[in-house]
Amino acid sequence: MYTASDLRKGLRIKIDNDPYIVTEFNFVKPGKGQALYRCKLKNMVNGSQFERTFRSVDIFEPADLQEKKMQYLYHEEGKYCFMDNQSYEQVFLAEDQVGDARHFLLDNIEVEILFFEDRPLGISLPNFIDVVVTKAEPWAKGDSVSGNTKPVTVQTGYQLQVPPFIEEGEKIRIDTRSGEYLTRVKG
Amino acid sequence: MDEDWRLAGKARTLKVRASMIRSIRRFFEDRDFLECETPLRIPAPAPETHIDAVASGDWFLQTSPELCMKRLLAAGYPKLFQICKCFRAGERGDFHLPEFTMLEWYRAGTDYYALMEDCESLMTHVAGELGLGDTVRWQGRRICLSPPWERMTVRDAFARYAGISVDEALQDDCFDQTMVCRIEPHLGMERPVFLYEYPAELGALARVSAVTPGVAERFELYAAGVELANAFSELTDAAEQRRRFEKAILDRRIRKGPATPLPERFLDALSGMPPSAGIALGVDRLAMILTDRAAIGDVVAFTPESL
Repeated sequence: MYTASDLRKGLRIKIDNDPYIVTEFNFVKPGKGQALYRCKLKNMVNGSQFERTFRSVDIFEPADLQEKKMQYLYHEEGKYCFMDNQSYEQVFLAEDQVGDARHFLLDNIEVEILFFEDRPLGISLPNFIDVVVTKAEPWAKGDSVSGNTKPVTVQTGYQLQVPPFIEEGEKIRIDTRSGEYLTRVKG
Repeated sequence: MDEDWRLAGKARTLKVRASMIRSIRRFFEDRDFLECETPLRIPAPAPETHIDAVASGDWFLQTSPELCMKRLLAAGYPKLFQICKCFRAGERGDFHLPEFTMLEWYRAGTDYYALMEDCESLMTHVAGELGLGDTVRWQGRRICLSPPWERMTVRDAFARYAGISVDEALQDDCFDQTMVCRIEPHLGMERPVFLYEYPAELGALARVSAVTPGVAERFELYAAGVELANAFSELTDAAEQRRRFEKAILDRRIRKGPATPLPERFLDALSGMPPSAGIALGVDRLAMILTDRAAIGDVVAFTPESL
């Protein structure tokens, strides 16, 4: 159990059977009065936020959150299927739970799935992935002005801006946190 | 390097703070107050339910200089002030430091209304000497300092802002929460305000009003929603004071375990203390208001985190 004095930014607690993360925290106290802990909390399941002031006598259950390595299998009808390679257990995440990560789900890629108790909540990808460019306009030679970019499509269907010298069939590295091009990958 | 840069960035604020403290001293010296120094390390702080003292060997660091200053009052010093460090365990936030600077002043032969006038004169004097005129800007607000400042009873403040009465709040043990969340954000937004006549049980060292039943002669000064000072018409009934301290000690034992001992010598002296009024004002918070800083850590060179 946590007490109010354990509260800090980033702490994950359970309220009414949902996991919440403390996004803002401040200690307040009338000079002669009780210590109070003013928090902004974000529901980790549906993203809703609210502000609440706790007293030092309040106690909290920690949110039982775990990350598990799982392999991406396939998606159909807005559902994404992942499998635990040890137990062969399969879980499904909805489109909004996967979020932008769906642009980078390569076949069989290993990801971390965040679980609250037995419920899968979300996904975290490796920071960098290498993907093949499947569609690109040819490089108009001479167009070497630095800063110029062109749009390409990669094997997952994701579109992004890359330098003009990237050709169809080449492999590039993407930062999955920003969704941006990093470098060309040889070989 | 980062540390030099951090400290250098505070130069302007620290200069204003130093001028402010010089100006406070002049204010009290001009009015014949005696500046006193009482020990920071004492055997027994005033027992308070919600203030935790820091132990120092077998003794404690003071949570306020109140007890020793009142012993001086009892010994016949009629006008006293002190600017000193106070220590309160576990208090750290945008408006709290576990070691902070307090200004306390006491006047014999008067009650807390005289201190309201002192507050008005002091803040206008200091703001004037700092060249701020009669208006300070704090976090995008303009606070006019020219007196008189509004006086609002706690009862009225609850009726106006809280949606529940003082009695209901006390019954549900949510007085402080209501004060912080619903009332304080409205207090002193255009001009400082005195919130006064606290419920008798919330004025541990204050005299009970002879005029309004059930309330203590206690006020708090607010500016821009920030609590700046707490004042009492001082309780001089030693037997009553002992009962209140014993109750606070019992409260602490129930809520938090260990408590501090009774300040016996203070209780001995109290019966000889003339009717008086006393006030404690947070110097760091006043510096925040006068330098337009949002965090208390901005107006001191070192916070606990930077040590």
